[in-house]
Parts: sequence; structure tokens; C-alpha cells
Amino acid sequence: MGDILSKYDILGAFGLTVYLAVFSAIGSLVLGTLVAVMRVSPVSVLRLLGTWYVNIFRNTPLTLLMVFSVLGMTYILGLNLDPSDIKGNATRWAIVMLSIYHAAFVCEALRSGVNTVPAGQAEAARAMGLTFGQSMRHVLLPQAFRGAIAPLGSTLIALVKNTTVAAVIGVAEAANLMAVIIENETGALAVFVIFAVGFVILTLPLGLLFTSMSRRLAVKR
Amino acid sequence: MTEPLVVLKDVNKHFGDLHVLRDINLTIGKGEVVVVIGPSGSGKSTLCRTINRLETFESGSITIDGNALPEEGKDLARLRADVGMVFQSFNLFAHKTILDNVTLGPVKVRKASKSAAEKRGMELLERVGVAQQANKFPAQLSGGQQQRVAIARSLAMEPKVMLFDEPTSALDPEMINEVLDVMVGLAREGMTMVVVTHEMGFARKAANRVVFMADGQIVEENEPEGFFTAPRSERAKDFLGKILTH
Repeated sequence: MGDILSKYDILGAFGLTVYLAVFSAIGSLVLGTLVAVMRVSPVSVLRLLGTWYVNIFRNTPLTLLMVFSVLGMTYILGLNLDPSDIKGNATRWAIVMLSIYHAAFVCEALRSGVNTVPAGQAEAARAMGLTFGQSMRHVLLPQAFRGAIAPLGSTLIALVKNTTVAAVIGVAEAANLMAVIIENETGALAVFVIFAVGFVILTLPLGLLFTSMSRRLAVKR
Repeated sequence: MTEPLVVLKDVNKHFGDLHVLRDINLTIGKGEVVVVIGPSGSGKSTLCRTINRLETFESGSITIDGNALPEEGKDLARLRADVGMVFQSFNLFAHKTILDNVTLGPVKVRKASKSAAEKRGMELLERVGVAQQANKFPAQLSGGQQQRVAIARSLAMEPKVMLFDEPTSALDPEMINEVLDVMVGLAREGMTMVVVTHEMGFARKAANRVVFMADGQIVEENEPEGFFTAPRSERAKDFLGKILTH
């Protein structure tokens, strides 16, 4: 056991997991917000595009997106995000695909948040002469985010665990290292436990944080 | 009548099969206070909301200060900035403080500086009597206080005309007067106002004209004294008979 801990860089692998999670979280929040705005906009073409986005990416397996990023985007279409380093390319594509995939869930969480905002808030914003963009930014989205904190938390926790799918394209994050260790060493059960505990350490505080935030930031009406 | 500010011409609107506005013709002059009354479902709230296009309409035209209402987008937003609106359910921005509610419009729409908007905002809050609450959130205020803040929020935009959509209907009885007092004050200062209300006392005290609506039509228009003491139409007599006997 101590043997395994000294021979393999488990902390480094979890470091990469955290790296993937942080950048994908930022990417999916930004992209998901954009798609959510499209889905509630008054322009029907944008609404349709937003709906398509969610339906396509929410219903595609993440593994498939990951494999497509390397086999399809990199090898066939030649879109290499890091030509100097094959591992770097995979890591960047993993972040892109994690962002795209979870943006669909962020969008739906936010849309449920928008539904917690009474219609009168948007009417008051429009009646005072705010444009659609301004009433989104200053009135609707701030309240929608507060109403959506709990489902956004679930989405981000799922994102942390879904970083493990990046193992299929050779990104050396925690699950990838776990597969390597199990291949080379005995005592698979202990290895499982180590990695399971690692993920609990990452996600449990996240859950507690979001629960307390959803309580503290709730909009009082 | 003074120079016309809001002109509705042959306005028609349906909600599905229901013909809520039938050939509405109404002209509101600068500085005039028009009170719209009528039984529930008569279309008076819809009329009020149509003037700043919170409700669309199918035919006819509405002009404000000579400009026709634009369809959508930035032009409509610009026109709405000149039309204040006070809602039945206050609709203060729940995540912003009282002062931020009052300064949002001037800063974002009128591009006023934050300090100037805050100074003006505090003056307006002072005027409606809620300056001590400036840093609280809407949910911490009483209904009457919230509605007075909503009036201050509209005034901060320096509107040409203000629409009141049943401003006292959601209030406890003891809070109605504090809101009406502010509105009477505004009327005295020459603000152009369209007020949908059930407060007959306000109509008598502050209105230049009473418009009586029933079934989507304007049935009768008159100055308040004449309307309340000698209504001409059967529909108005019936309505007044029901509400003034208690």
C-alpha cells in the first residue's frame, strides 16, 4: 500500500482532475449561460438553436464526445489544440468537451432558475426602458442564478466525477492512473478505495458549499 | 384640453376568443389625470398595459408625444423609459436594495453617473417618505412602503406620463392612504397620469376625467363630479349602484 503511494504520483493525477474540473466548470458556466439566454430570448431562431444545443449535447454520451474530439476533430479534421504535445491536445480537448456537454445541463438548471423569478420582475425591467440584454444582466440572471444554485451544484459535482471519462483519450487524470495501477499491482480493492476517497474529498465539500450558498443567497420575496 | 400626449385610436385586442379591447379611442392631454374604472374583466388593466406595449394589440394605433409605439427592440425600450409604470404587485427588484431599485434605470438607461443618481434617488425616497429604508431589501418593507418606492423608482426616470395599474389593490386598508397621498401630490404638481383604480375617493379628489369601461369598451367619459352624481349610461348607473351603496 505504502509502496503504491510512493511509486505512483496519485496526488499529481488528482491535480490534473482538479485542473480539468476547474476549467470545464468555468467553460460550462459561461457557455451554459449563453445558451440559457438564447432559450429565453424573444428571437425564435435563437430559441430554436438553444433547444437544439441542449437536445444534442444532453443526449450524447460524454465518452462518445471525448473519442470524437481526438479521432474526429484532431485526426480527421486536423484541429489540434496543442501541436507540440499529444497529451496537451487531449487535455485541452477534454476541457472543451466537458464544457460543451455540461453547458447543456447548466442551461437547463438556469432555465429552472429563471422560472423561479416572478413575471412581474421582467415586466418592471422592461417598463423602465431596460433592453432585453440589460434586463437579463441586471434583473433576471442574478435572481435566476440564486434560484438555480442547488441544481447548478449537482451539475458541477457531476462534472467533477465526469472528468474521469477523459481517461479514454489518455488524459492522465485520476481514473487513468487508477487503471494503470490496477494493471501493474495487486490489491485492486485498496486502490479502488484510495481513489473513491479521493473523489469524495473533492465532491463532498462542494455539495456542502452549494447547500449553504443556496440557503444564504436565496432571494427573499 | 391641453396638447395631447397619449393618443389611442381604434385599438383592438383579443385574448383568444375574448375581445378585450374594442375600438378604444382615448386622448390624454399633457398634465391631465385620467382615472379608468369599471367592473373586473372590463379590460381596464389591459388598456393600461397596452399603452407601454406590455400587451400587444392587433389593430389601431397608439402614439406617445407624437411618436407611434415601435414594435420591439431598442426603440421600444427608449419610448418606455419616458412612460412610468406602477404595478399592482409593486414588482420591486427583489435582489436589490431600495436605493439600487431607484437608481438602476437612471444609471443604465439614462446613463446618469452613480453619484448623481443616488443623490436624486435619496431626494425621491425622502419625498415619498421611505428614505430611512434606503439600504433595506424590498421584502423587509411593508406593502405601502414598497409601492411608494415603486413610485419613486418611476419618478427617477423623469417620465412624461405615468401609468398606475391598480396601485392600491394589493394593499392592506390602512396602507392605501399613504400611497394615495403620494399620488394626489403628483397630480397636483401636474404629472400626466393614467390611473386604473377602484378608489372612488381618489377619482373625485384628483382626476380631471373619469373613463368608465365595460366589456372592453369605453362606455362613458366625464369629469368626476358629473360622472359620480349623474352617470348617463345604464351600465355605469348599475356599476356605481353596486359599489357606492356601502
